[in-house]
Amino acid sequence: MIRIKFQQSLDELKERLLVMAGLVEQAIQRATEAYTSRDESLCELVKMSEPAINRMEREIDQLALDLLAMEQPMAVDLRFILSVIRINVDLERMGDQAVNIAGRVLDLGKQANVDLPVDIPRLALLSAAMVRKALQAFIEGDAEMAQSVLMLDDQVDDMNRDAFRALGDLIKDKPELAPQALNALIISRNLERVGDHATNIAEDVIFWVRGRDVRHHSLPDDGD
Amino acid sequence: MGVDIRVENLNAWYGPVHTLHDVSLHIPANHATALIGPSGCGKSTFVRCLNRMHETSPGARADGTVLMGDIDIYKDATPVEIRRRVGMVFQRPNPFPTMSIYDNVASGLKLNGFRKKRVLDEVVERSLKQAALWDEVKDDLKKKSGASISGGQQQRLCIARALAVDPEVLLMDEPASALDPVSTAKIEDLIFKLKSQYTIVIVTHNMQQAARVAENTGFFLMGKLVEFAPTTKIFTNPSDKRTEDYITGRFG
Repeated sequence: MIRIKFQQSLDELKERLLVMAGLVEQAIQRATEAYTSRDESLCELVKMSEPAINRMEREIDQLALDLLAMEQPMAVDLRFILSVIRINVDLERMGDQAVNIAGRVLDLGKQANVDLPVDIPRLALLSAAMVRKALQAFIEGDAEMAQSVLMLDDQVDDMNRDAFRALGDLIKDKPELAPQALNALIISRNLERVGDHATNIAEDVIFWVRGRDVRHHSLPDDGD
Repeated sequence: MGVDIRVENLNAWYGPVHTLHDVSLHIPANHATALIGPSGCGKSTFVRCLNRMHETSPGARADGTVLMGDIDIYKDATPVEIRRRVGMVFQRPNPFPTMSIYDNVASGLKLNGFRKKRVLDEVVERSLKQAALWDEVKDDLKKKSGASISGGQQQRLCIARALAVDPEVLLMDEPASALDPVSTAKIEDLIFKLKSQYTIVIVTHNMQQAARVAENTGFFLMGKLVEFAPTTKIFTNPSDKRTEDYITGRFG
């Protein structure tokens, strides 16, 4: 093994991304827990984590940029850095989604607590599982595990669609519950987006490991 | 215009040492093709087989088929004829030091019996323009010697000298490795421009250079062609683990 410094820098890049991923996972978990428990302090914690996530996004971008400029990576290393840059963006967006959810939970707290025809905890569980699995695939460089994340996305999409339909009906039938229904709708939508970002991460892992671009799978595959 | 080069089962030896093993590949006309690989991998030997220069080393021999267009260079032509069709540029600029810039460029033509001043003037000007050197030397063509200009200019002078005999193929063995970044960029621009008219084969240790100038890249290792593919494929997603290990610096 040569280029030891470069390899160390790649390890550092991966490590930093995982630290950021930890913060994001925690934010999503806290935001969904806040929904279940209506715990406003958790919402505040989610909001407070955002600057740290944003700061890490910039640091990771800078480190990736430095490596591209200074080391001129090739092949698997180039694909890894490109994947990290993309995953970095997805993680930051997921952090935003957690903040959005926390904001909606705070708003719900001001409204009467009613039963809503949507299983947010289950949707949250599924989205969080996608994130965990995508990140585990990234940690292990496991394209097969990443592939399995892509399968889960349909379930999350279906749940979000069901929620949209049920909450839409509720707004029609009981307009007085529209504020709660809209908040739940936005939370559902944000969790569905979390699932989309987990899918993106999984696709980036596949690109890194196999060199195949599996995004937008309706398009013809350009890979070998 | 450039010609296709088709190499089939090319083997080469230096005395008893087998340095190239069954190399087969198709180098398309009017494209730049880069050859990369660690020192001693056979890439320079391969290139020297394309103009029959390899066999000029003591004890060296080559076996196989090299088709340049329709001509089998080992059967249908003499080394002298081949070198008229195949220009070569080396790592270190090697202008004839005692000759003027003009005579350096005209030397190949004069060797081939051209004497008419008007023709020589035209070819020297055209070649120096093709090599992007004309503007820098036009006032000193006969005043300055080939060795008195800068290293980067000398290398472009050597390219002009190679182009003057109107070759179909231009072989470049590490043409920019002894040059500074600005001169290197000029040579790379030149390769980019010249490939519309010639078939260019460039041996380089500088992988970024291969990535910048060549449409196709071949990776040599221990005398074998491990992988030959579009350059973008080689540098983003090579098929062979050995290629990947080399270009990512994991050798050793």
